[in-house]
Amino acid sequence: MNSPLLSVDNLSVSFGDNTVVHDLSFSVNPGECVAIVGESGSGKSVTARSLLGLAGARSRVSASTLSLNGRDLSTASDRDWRRIRGSQVGLVLQDALVSLDPLRPIGREIGDALRLHGGLSALAAQTRVLEVLSQVGMPYPERAVSQRSGDLSGGLRQRALIAAALALHPPLLIADEPTTALDVTIQARILDLLAEIKANGTGILLISHDLAVVSAVADRVLVMKDGRIVESGDTRTLLNHPREEYTQRLIAAVPTDKPRGTQLVPGAPAVRTPPTLRTTDAITPVLEARSLVKTFPAPGGRFRAVNGVSFDLARGETLGLVGESGSGKTTVARLVLALSTPDEGSVLLDDRPFSELRERDRRPLRRRIGAIYQDSLSSFDPRMSVRRILTDALDTAPADDRSSVAELLDSVGLAQSVASTRPLLLSGGQRQRVSIARALAARPELIVCDEPVSALDVTVQAQVLDLLDRLQAERGLSYLFISHDLGVVRHMSDRIAVMKDGRIVETGNATDVFDNPQHPYTARLVADAPRLASHSA
Amino acid sequence: MSELDLRTAAASATHVRRVRLSVGEVLASLFVLFLVVATIAPGVLSSIDPNAISAKEAFESPSTDHWFGTDESGRDIYSRVVAGTSTSLLIGISATAIGLTLGLILGVLAGFGGRALDFTVNRVIEVLFAFPGLLLALLVIVIAGPGPVTATIAVGLSTAPGYARIIRGQLISIRSSGYVEAARVLGHGRWRVLTRHILPNALAPLVVLATLGVGQAVVWAAALSYLGLGAQPPAAEWGAMLSAGRTYIGTAWWLTVFPGLMIVLTTIATTVLGRSLTRRTAANA
Repeated sequence: MNSPLLSVDNLSVSFGDNTVVHDLSFSVNPGECVAIVGESGSGKSVTARSLLGLAGARSRVSASTLSLNGRDLSTASDRDWRRIRGSQVGLVLQDALVSLDPLRPIGREIGDALRLHGGLSALAAQTRVLEVLSQVGMPYPERAVSQRSGDLSGGLRQRALIAAALALHPPLLIADEPTTALDVTIQARILDLLAEIKANGTGILLISHDLAVVSAVADRVLVMKDGRIVESGDTRTLLNHPREEYTQRLIAAVPTDKPRGTQLVPGAPAVRTPPTLRTTDAITPVLEARSLVKTFPAPGGRFRAVNGVSFDLARGETLGLVGESGSGKTTVARLVLALSTPDEGSVLLDDRPFSELRERDRRPLRRRIGAIYQDSLSSFDPRMSVRRILTDALDTAPADDRSSVAELLDSVGLAQSVASTRPLLLSGGQRQRVSIARALAARPELIVCDEPVSALDVTVQAQVLDLLDRLQAERGLSYLFISHDLGVVRHMSDRIAVMKDGRIVETGNATDVFDNPQHPYTARLVADAPRLASHSA
Repeated sequence: MSELDLRTAAASATHVRRVRLSVGEVLASLFVLFLVVATIAPGVLSSIDPNAISAKEAFESPSTDHWFGTDESGRDIYSRVVAGTSTSLLIGISATAIGLTLGLILGVLAGFGGRALDFTVNRVIEVLFAFPGLLLALLVIVIAGPGPVTATIAVGLSTAPGYARIIRGQLISIRSSGYVEAARVLGHGRWRVLTRHILPNALAPLVVLATLGVGQAVVWAAALSYLGLGAQPPAAEWGAMLSAGRTYIGTAWWLTVFPGLMIVLTTIATTVLGRSLTRRTAANA
């Protein structure tokens, strides 16, 4: 084997007295993809940044070896680093919208790096820009060079960013959560692209919290926790025979291919019976949506965000609503919650009108439909403590059936001490638990969950999904579960409705939709759901 | 991991918030305390009658008998400065209150009154904005005649559009915020959402603005008095004192420097306190 492209020995990074990375050692060979996997705060991003000399102003980085292409980086000055970045190491970050200058065309953004570092003439730079844009699969590269990052979709923006990173032929590419903000189908394309880049001989260091995502491209995986590598090995072995308990937890947390009722956090007792298959349609649904239409003003007429959507939801049942960004899922959620009024069609609660009522008449019924949001922090009044938030919600519960703040915290697995805290000081998982507690306070029959776990790490996602599952079993709740991630929806739902361009293109029992998709779009979603490589192999 | 998180988060929340003041904040607080005492009980700070004339003692420079010296009629400048505090501060505070109230009315009308009203109120605010603040105040005085009351109203009126803009913006962003929607989804009524969520969140930043505003209003009120349009001599008001002393600025600097210093210090003190309030509320948000 050739000498490694990147070798790191005993890398430590500290901020003041706080050491966030401890004695990390690894190497990346040319044409190899090494993944660092861990939860938020495990030190994986700091590791990536210190390889670019960007660990931060007050950081202290030390390593016994830190070399790239045989060149020692441990003594590199700021000036050296500027030359190394771009030409030796390319960086791809999570959110391309903030990484690309919104006011400059893509072509200029990429071309500048070439002229600055590559010493290319304007003409040669332009040729290279087109070349690298087509390499990353950008459709119509000639047009893309004059577009600004805001004109591009999330997936194309990420491609442009990868193109910028690859422009100078760096032998090493560092990708920090490159697909986390993307829809599953786009995520799958970006992962394919990374695999291609790797095949061309570029070494890749991939950073992610999601083991399933990296298993598609990584040759080797380092599992990182609290600044240390807890386990490492080639991807297949690690996934099939994880030695460490922490790795096992990460693997168990991936919801795709875990049928309904399976616990995602190992160790806890199973609470759920297998999916309730609907045998008859005679039961009155708790919620019914009839031919909902919602339009918004758009240039050249009105845009039909929701275009004739109908579904029903039985008591104790979960209906999964899946689709990509812009498919109209959230608009449906807002219509169901009567936060906006449908242009046509109606929402019925318990076979009685809900969306058609006047607000005054609807208000007493509102507590029966709860809501959990993706961005739970913004759904909390910033002036209120958790206790205030919960007491506020408890006021809407029927007087004879009111629990206490303590009971609510208990039921969502939060410590009592959380009550006096403000949500800002809580972690993402804790906030989502508070959000669930608030929804439960009003004693709802139905909860609309709009992307409730999309902002969470997989392991935290697993805990929250398990919690939702348990609460449903205990209280007979119905869920309208909205997500872009079919893997998550499949795990949670009895039935699934697939949305595309404002319409439901397929409905059915979760297993049927997943195992035998009828619509080509559904088939694509199923194929692209992140799953562990060992399962698909 | 969640166990650990819970404990650290709870620990930091139950930790008693220890207010640590900087030197500047301590000095500013002490000065404001001085102003408050001078307003409520001027006798505590000075035993000399601010209006007692003594021809023998005219134009005395600062000494142990007269800390800030005396003016052309032999009146003690220090006791006049202390006596003038209540006038200046009262004008400052009342003017800010008037500005805030007007701003609140305009802001709420624009923020909640529907599209047509928002449009109208916005044009009114823009017209008011078009005049420099002091010019607008002068216009009011031209119409209503000079005097401390008109000066107060004039200053209040000219600060109102600024407050109205801020309140309107706050209301609009809070009205469509996630937590207001969450409260609606729970079935809370309009009034409750307004009083529990919208107003407290919209008005919190105003406390800071009002603190800063008082300092500004004191300067404006003094400016008007200096021009002879606010408090009238022989009233001991800082601006009026500046105006009266300006004839002797070459020979008796203490006639103008001390009242001027009070205006400057008041503005600095309110600014320092307003800034530290901003920082503290931002840190707790």
